[in-house]
Formats: sequence, C-alpha cells, structure tokens
Amino acid sequence: MPKNLKQLSESEVRLTGGHRLCPGCGEPIAVRQVLMGTEDPVIVVSATGCTEVSTTIFPYTAWACPWLHIAFENAGAAVSGVEAMYKAKLARAAKGETLPDYIPADKPYKFVAFAGDGGTYDIGLQSLSGAAERRQQFLYVCLNNEAYMNTGVQRSSATPMGMNTTTSPAGSVLPGKTVHRKDLTEIMVAHEMPYVAQCGVSRWRDLVGCAEKAFAVDGPTFINCLTPCPLGWIHDSSKTVEIGQLASDCCIWPLYEVVDGKYKLNYRPKEKKPVDEYLKAQGRFRHLFKDESGAEMRRKMQEWVDYKWEQLLKKCAEE
Amino acid sequence: MPEIKPMEGNQAVAEAMRQINPDVVAAYPITPSTEVVQTFSSFVANGLVDTNYVAVESEHSAMSACTAAAVAGGRVMNATSSQGLALMWEILYITASLRAPVILTVVNRALSGNINIHCDHSDGMGARDCGWVQLYGENVQEGYDNLLQAVRIGEALDVRLPVMNCIDGFLVSHSYELLQVEDDAPVKDFVGPYQAVNPLLDISHPISIGPLDLWDYYFEHKRGQCDAYPPAKEAILAVGKEFGKTFGREYGLMEEFMLEDAELAVVALGSTAGVAKVAVESLREDGVKAGLLKLRAFRPFPAAEIAAALQGKKAIAVFDRAISFGAASGPLFSEVAAALYTAGQQIPALSVLYGLGGREITPEQISGVFRQLPEVASGGQPADPVLFLGVRE
Repeated sequence: MPKNLKQLSESEVRLTGGHRLCPGCGEPIAVRQVLMGTEDPVIVVSATGCTEVSTTIFPYTAWACPWLHIAFENAGAAVSGVEAMYKAKLARAAKGETLPDYIPADKPYKFVAFAGDGGTYDIGLQSLSGAAERRQQFLYVCLNNEAYMNTGVQRSSATPMGMNTTTSPAGSVLPGKTVHRKDLTEIMVAHEMPYVAQCGVSRWRDLVGCAEKAFAVDGPTFINCLTPCPLGWIHDSSKTVEIGQLASDCCIWPLYEVVDGKYKLNYRPKEKKPVDEYLKAQGRFRHLFKDESGAEMRRKMQEWVDYKWEQLLKKCAEE
Repeated sequence: MPEIKPMEGNQAVAEAMRQINPDVVAAYPITPSTEVVQTFSSFVANGLVDTNYVAVESEHSAMSACTAAAVAGGRVMNATSSQGLALMWEILYITASLRAPVILTVVNRALSGNINIHCDHSDGMGARDCGWVQLYGENVQEGYDNLLQAVRIGEALDVRLPVMNCIDGFLVSHSYELLQVEDDAPVKDFVGPYQAVNPLLDISHPISIGPLDLWDYYFEHKRGQCDAYPPAKEAILAVGKEFGKTFGREYGLMEEFMLEDAELAVVALGSTAGVAKVAVESLREDGVKAGLLKLRAFRPFPAAEIAAALQGKKAIAVFDRAISFGAASGPLFSEVAAALYTAGQQIPALSVLYGLGGREITPEQISGVFRQLPEVASGGQPADPVLFLGVRE
C-alpha cells in the first residue's frame, strides 16, 4: 500500500535539493516520487539529459545514492551491466565465495534507470528493448517531457502532433509536428514485461504506488511518466502539476498499469475534458488557435485521443 | 602440468577467459571474434565458469554494459572485431575516462566499406586515441598470454585502464597452432583477486560517476588521465617479467629480432612480425644485416624505447596494416617517425601500407622492401615515403 504524505515526507531523500533543474520542472518531482517507492538500497543510472546534466555539475552532485551516467542511448544497457555485476557477486557468494564487504547481504538492491523521452523513445529504444528481453531486474523510468528539452526543444517521437518545437516549428505552411507520437508504453507492454505503467506527476499516490509495485518485481519494469516542462511546453512554472493533471483529465495521457499483461486503469476522470482545454493552457500549441487549419488539427487530435481512450478502456475492461 | 594443445586463436582466448573466470561478460557476436564468445558461452552453459553472461543486443550495449559492470566493481571481459569495435567507439572513451579496467579482445578485421571480414588493423588503429591500453599479439600463444597479462596491467592500482588484447583476424583467430595451456591454479594465482576501487555497489559510500564536467574541470581531468599511461608502461614491463618468471615466457613493450646489429630494420605489429622473421632470417643468410622491431604495446606508445632500439639504423620501413586517410603516412609510421624526431634521430624511413582487407603478405614481399632500404639509406628521407605493397595499381 502506498504510504501517506507524512510517511513519505520522512522517507530517505535520494535526490537532494540544490540541483539546477528549471523552476517548475516535472522531472525532479517524478524522480523523488519514484525513489520513494522503495526503502531498499537503490543504484540510479541516468541517460544523458536534463536531469543528468542538472544534478551532477562537477564538483557537485545532488545524488545521495550511488549514481552512474555513461551516455545518452544506453541507459538500458548500463543498468543491465550494474545489475549483472551485483547478481554475479551474489551468485558467487551463494557458491561459497566471500561477498565484498561493501555489499550488505541482508539488503537486496534495487536498480533504476532514468532517461528522457529522447533517450528512451528514440536513441535508447534498442538498448531498453534488449534489457527488457533479457529479463534483468530493473525499473526503467522515462521522464517524458515530449521533446529534446536539454538541447532546446527539438521534436522527438514522443512529441505530440501539433506541437511547436524548434525542429518541427509552426510556420506559415506547417502547423508544428504533423504526425502523432509513438505509443511507447504499448511497445513496452508488447515486451511482456511483468510490470508497465503510465504515470504523471500530479497524482503522487499513483506514481509512488506504481513505483512500489515496480520495485517489488524481480524482473524488468517500466514507467512512462509525463513530466511537464515549463520551458518547452510554455506555461508558468507554477502550473506544472496542474497541466499534468489536465493531460490525464482530457485523456491525452491516461494513467494505467499493465501487470503481467493485465490492464488496469489507475485514474478515470469524473468528466472527460476536451483536449482543447489542455492545448490552450500551453504556448506550444498556441498556433493551433489562430486559424482554420489549426482548428482542423485540434479536431484530429481530439479524434485520436477519443480513439486511443476507447481502446484503452476496452483493454482495461472498463465501460 | 601445462599442456601443449593445438588450438585456434579464438579458442585460446576463450580458454584464458575460462581460467580468469570474470564476473561479467557482456558480448555480441561478430566475425571473426564470434568464436570467443561462442566458446565462452558453452563454458557458462556447462558450469565451467561463474560468470554472469549478458547476451546484449549490440556492441554499443556490450561496451555500455561492460563499462557499467566494471564501475559497479568487478572483473569484466568481452571480445569484438571491426564494425563492432567501431560501434563501441563512443563508449570506449568513456570506459577509459571512468578508469574502468574492462578487458576486450579485439580480433582485428578491416572496417567497411566495402564490407570485408578479413584482417587488417583499421579497427584497432581507429580506436588508438580512446585511452585504452593496446597490446598486439603475433600468434595464438601471445593471444593467450597477453590476455592473462592484460588483467594485471589494466587492474594495477596506479593504472586502472581498459586493455585491448589484439590478435589478427583469421590469421591468428582461426589458425591452429600449438598452444601451451598453463594449469588453472597458477593462472588464477597469477591473475589474482579483483581489487575494487570506489565501486558503485558500495551502498554506504555513495558516489556519482560520470557527471557533467565543463570548462572549469574537464581539462584537469583529461590531464590527470594522462598520468595513467607511464605507469601502464611500467606495468606492462613488470607484469611481462613476472609472467616470464612464472610461465617461462617473458614479455616487454616490444620484441627485438636480430635487431641489435642490424643496419636495416622493419617495424611491424601482429602476425606480420612472424612473416618478417622469416624474411629477416633468409636475408641474414644472404649477408644482409636485417632486423625486426615487433611492437607489442601500441598504447601506451613506447616512443623513447623505440627510438633507442632503432638508434644507428641506416634505414627503416614501418609496416602499417591500416590507412589513415588524408594523412601523409600510415598511423604507426607517423608515431615511429615522431619518436625518432623527438630523440634527434634522422633515419630515412619508408611507410609501407600493406595487407588491407586480408591481402596476403609474404616473406618475399618483406624481403623486397628490405632490398629497397639501402637505396633509401643513401638517398636520405624520401619526400613521399609511402609505399603500397601488394596492391594492383
């Protein structure tokens, strides 16, 4: 069971304050909540990205737990390597060799990789897919702000249709990104991982709870967490959590989990809000409210959201 | 008792890996190194090793997982060739910079394009600046012996660098030779237990590895990394000496073959050194004062030692089995020439580019180069020192 806020406030702080992520960034919210999902020792692996560069500017680090960064596209492989060494040491100890004194025998380790959508949907997908197939024990969290924010808001395959990015700019001919994003959560479900969840930063009980469930699995697990980005989404830094909630209320980002192949909706809005409400709250979609072609694109997005939502409800056996 | 067995280079490498029994092997198959990981996998499947074998989905992931596993705190090995090494390229620098002593057998093969599976040194030379120690072996025995020593060299506490154990694709990897396989116990004693340095798995001393490093510290860190290479050279010598005492085969930074009194010399890496020895012996019978400098350690590059070994020669030919496109000569030539220049030695020298994509090199061809050297000696350094050997023009 997820802990209450009081208990969570007393849990070990693994990502400390003093990092240099933007005010209102969704990523540290997600990281801190995910890491509240276990009391066991945690080793963190980061892919290159906003969280990585902003938390470890030498000679400082915001990490109070062991942390490793190697490169951009290899978080899956890197977390595999660390886990493999840990398991190798345990296996040798089981055969009678001495466990290194820095590994406590009575505290099982957890391994978590954090990577952005660029490092997960795009350049790191192969590495993640391989690690998932090998059934190694780790939680992989995609900190999904729907574009390459670290390099200045370029489109990724997580970028939603219609978004104005610096490589899919809204111009006089093109209305921002012209194609839908890839459904990575479903791609990871197709890997038949024991636990996959889609989460956000607005419902702490949901995110911490999903992380708890993921950490409890002895196998590969995946959380795709939407992390609003005031810089790239163009909203006030005080609105991060609100916008995240709006994404789930209009069902463009449903919160659900798949446990051993079984779907469960983790949040159903009392009233499904129109996608327009979500779009108009963010500067990245501002151009869609200027003319008829923008309106046409918004209609297409609503249709797509409705279609995906209906599909998901069926999978979750919800009416 | 040590046994003498016919073995291919790849099998010899796998056998050494079995004896070393590393904690983690994360590997991906590629010709001609495939048999190393294939043979090692059978050791895993049959319980002959305790290694956690991670069958990754690419060489990029292989080197990523190896690097991560090594910084986690344990002994890590792998093997690859050609395109595989090229795909690892990004991570190779990081492995060395994180001072992770991963041991990688590189079964040297030409780089695409066009695609070619046979031996040359383009892959190893392409990775020459990434910070790894590089040992080049001449034959099956050296592939085996160098791997055992690589562990000690890379893991030495004042070194902590990854090591490439290079053997020639097919020429060594797939050639049966008589190998002296040492007994497991003395090998295990020689290699010794792994000593972890700041392991990531040390939960009570959490550290951040691989941070963002900007203009204010990056340069100092790179400068600091340079300090690992002189001790690496010392470690190659010390470990080579100890290996000689233990197993009877001593190794250094290079091997000098009839070099001391030679007037004309060839410098070469890998199996070509064996071919050159045949040429040198036959030239000596004809009264030509020929000699060979076989370089074992290309990284760290033993510049002063090479200059000392070549001092007083009338002319030399440096054999490169790789082209550095756009450069004035082969990569090994450039470095040997720089070593001589720095030592104040003006020895007329040829840069011989040969054997690309597995093109055969014969003792007669090498003898032919030796026979050109007197003219080079008398004419002084040629303006264009490059000689393509064995190519159809």
